[in-house]
Amino acid sequence: MDRRETLKTLVVGSFASSFVLTGCNPDHMEPGAVSEEEVNLGKDLGVDLDAPGHGYGRTPAEQARDEMLFSQTFFNDHEMATIAVLADIIIPADEVSGSATDAKVPEFIEFIVKDMPYHQIPMRGGLMWLDHESNRRFDKVFKDLNEEQQIEIVDDIAYPDDVAPEYQAGARFFSNIRNLVTTGFYTTRIGIDDLGYVGNQPNAWDGIPEEVQKKHNKFYRDEYKDRFLKPEEREEIEDWSGYEL
Amino acid sequence: MAFQIKEQGKEYDVVIVGSGAGGGMAAKTLSDAGLKIALLEAGPDFDSTDPAQRTQLRWPWESPRRGAGSTRAFGDFDMAYGGWNIEDEPYTQKDGSNFRWFRSRMLGGRTNHWGRISLRFGPLDFKRKDYDGKGDNWPISYDDVAPYYDKVDQLIGVFGTKENMPNEPDGYFLPPPKPRLHELYVRDSVLKMGIPMIPSRLSMLTKKLDDRRGPCFFCSQCSRGCMVYADFSSAYSLIQPTMTDGNIEMYLNAMVREVITDENGRATGVSYINKEDMKEYVVKGKVVVLAASAASSARILLNSKSRAHPNGLANSSNHVGRYIHDSTGSGMMALIPELMDRQRYNEDGVGGMHLYTPWWGNDQKHDGFTRGYHIEYWGGMGMPAYGFGFGMENLSRLVPRENGDNRPGGYGKRLKEDVRRFYGSTLGFAGRGESIPQYDNYCEIDPNTVDSYGIPVLRFHYKWTNDEVMQAKHMVDTFEEIIHNMGGIVLGEKPGPERQYGLTKPGEIIHEVGTTRMGNDKNTSVLNKYCQAHDVDNLFVVDGGPFVSQADKNPTWTILALSWRTSDYIVDQLKKQNI
Ligand SMILES: Cc1cc2nc3c(=O)[nH]c(=O)nc-3n(C[C@H](O)[C@H](O)[C@H](O)COP(=O)(O)OP(=O)(O)OC[C@H]3O[C@@H](n4cnc5c(N)ncnc54)[C@H](O)[C@@H]3O)c2cc1C
Repeated sequence: MDRRETLKTLVVGSFASSFVLTGCNPDHMEPGAVSEEEVNLGKDLGVDLDAPGHGYGRTPAEQARDEMLFSQTFFNDHEMATIAVLADIIIPADEVSGSATDAKVPEFIEFIVKDMPYHQIPMRGGLMWLDHESNRRFDKVFKDLNEEQQIEIVDDIAYPDDVAPEYQAGARFFSNIRNLVTTGFYTTRIGIDDLGYVGNQPNAWDGIPEEVQKKHNKFYRDEYKDRFLKPEEREEIEDWSGYEL
Repeated sequence: MAFQIKEQGKEYDVVIVGSGAGGGMAAKTLSDAGLKIALLEAGPDFDSTDPAQRTQLRWPWESPRRGAGSTRAFGDFDMAYGGWNIEDEPYTQKDGSNFRWFRSRMLGGRTNHWGRISLRFGPLDFKRKDYDGKGDNWPISYDDVAPYYDKVDQLIGVFGTKENMPNEPDGYFLPPPKPRLHELYVRDSVLKMGIPMIPSRLSMLTKKLDDRRGPCFFCSQCSRGCMVYADFSSAYSLIQPTMTDGNIEMYLNAMVREVITDENGRATGVSYINKEDMKEYVVKGKVVVLAASAASSARILLNSKSRAHPNGLANSSNHVGRYIHDSTGSGMMALIPELMDRQRYNEDGVGGMHLYTPWWGNDQKHDGFTRGYHIEYWGGMGMPAYGFGFGMENLSRLVPRENGDNRPGGYGKRLKEDVRRFYGSTLGFAGRGESIPQYDNYCEIDPNTVDSYGIPVLRFHYKWTNDEVMQAKHMVDTFEEIIHNMGGIVLGEKPGPERQYGLTKPGEIIHEVGTTRMGNDKNTSVLNKYCQAHDVDNLFVVDGGPFVSQADKNPTWTILALSWRTSDYIVDQLKKQNI
């Protein structure tokens, strides 16, 4: 069953739950059983709610908080669809990598506004602002505009240095959602591959690659060359005999 | 009434409160001497290899909030259960103070996620009053502590290089890792200014010390706790290996309320609240060692009121809680255009900087301040987490693209190109300085507030003096000059006098010490030079409380050395039947 389907009628309820969210003390919560639905929602984001510690080292209180967040819905279908359109305008597919929706950025945004409730009103209100502006100009909501019309509005709010006074609120919203989309994208496998980050794995660091040293004209100083770690000696047990202070 | 304090029949040789740096070192040393120990810790167990607790080598997407700090102050993957605010354990402020108190509630305390910067204090650092007339000298000198620094180095491990610099003592160093690219940019700039930049000194095993721990595999994630124990944590470097000797009984989730005394005012044990059943218990011991961290130990003493000790225990001087002091801090960020569009490779390295700058100005005159600071650096092609890519418009405007376009903002392919272009080109500077301890900076019991366990809480009163403010000014001026010298651009606005030059709030550097300072005069100090209470001969404090002043060097290596020294003294005094 579609979670949004069941909760569609509860938009008001989701407002209420956001208050609960800030008001309760997570230190006192106990994790409960995780429903299949919640597990699948987690998997959409890369989280394994079935694993010990939810797969990322959560304490019992933190697990309970996550489960509570996953059991709630904030954005309705219309809002989610609008976020998806905006997200792909902000991060489209290109020759290097896929798009924001490929990286499930809208699902991330749905989670993060529940996790950080201060995003809720600016995001919801910003989406409303966008629809209002679309209706005013084209008599349609934003997601139903054609691409050219969408870009016309986005161009008016995407460049903070040149925003007409009447679009200031829209520009503020666009900067916020650009932040969330960018961060949501570059913290996924797709985004990290795009960026070329190649760490987070065991290795034996032996300094800056030589061609990079040359390119930047930055070299290790002779007086230190012999004192730096030699990676092949890492497994040796240090012998202090003969060490003098 | 159902409520009743439960006493355990057993009497231990030593009761230790807190399992962080000070407590772990005491537990190990005293257990090695064959003493029977009760180790009480307010938090739960922690094992960095337990899949349910492990965060090391996790990817950002394994957290639904991509590692953001919604429940842990330094992010989801940081290994601190606690933070600036713990719901069950409030603290309050006096006279408009804003002291920030970071606590970790877990086996190992704050040593599970600390920065591992491991600096010895130098000879001058124990005698600063002789030098500038401010504050007080320690009753001990570098020579008293040096043998213990030597032992700590060899037991726990620290990398670095022998430099022979005055007041920056060398140690038993493992070989340091080679610096990263951005660090060489900074190096070339600061060396031109006559400022030193040397391999950092961090307690991470670049080589092994034994077959149990390490070596480091360069994931840069020490703050997450290490699966192979290649860095120092009290939990896995000191306590876990000692448990097998069978001398230590661990009381977890045990929140100590007070030290219990007999009619003569000697300590007989401690009372604690078991967080699991919320009942109060007593554990008895011949000797009580407090290592709950400087402010927590002061709190326990102040809450230990009895007829023999109406001001709280060990407090006939009224100095418990006084002279609390933190390091100063200020920072700056920079963009290095030459680092844009970098070639990608893995430069994670160790979990911290590979080069740092020790204080270089001891023999110079400075405008308005007398004590120094060191500089920490960060930057590089790190793993993205929540917040990555925020505010791209602020970067785009600084460096035009090839076609001259530097219009901030935008979207689409151009935005993606900007993210790639700027990745790894920003870096940061953090000054960490010595403040001058003040009698008027203190923590005390707030008579009107208790925590969830019914224990009266701490209230802080803390103001920086002009010395600290002017030191922060020197930091930001220096950072700005370094940045200009390397062709960089300062990011954000340079803080001026209206923001005290970016001076951090007291407590924010998380080096709070000095609350139970040592001294030869029992009217102006709480402990003697062995960290033994002047008033109670079987009571000791082995966290940052005994510090008279704390140099510009992070405190933990000195906490470890002093805790070992005090533990040796306890063994000796027990043997001689003096306590
Ligand atoms: C992010 C960060 C980075 C840091 N980086 C560095 C660094 O690079 N170099 C450096 O030298 N220092 C650093 N520090 C500081 C360092 O962590 C502390 O100096 C050190 O951990 C202090 O050791 P401690 O034993 O005094 O206290 P802690 O490590 O705080 O341990 C105290 C223990 O006592 C327990 N406890 C407290 N109250 C009670 C009670 N009433 N009953 C029972 N148990 C109690 C706590 O739960 C805790 O486990 C850093 C700290 C932080 C937070």
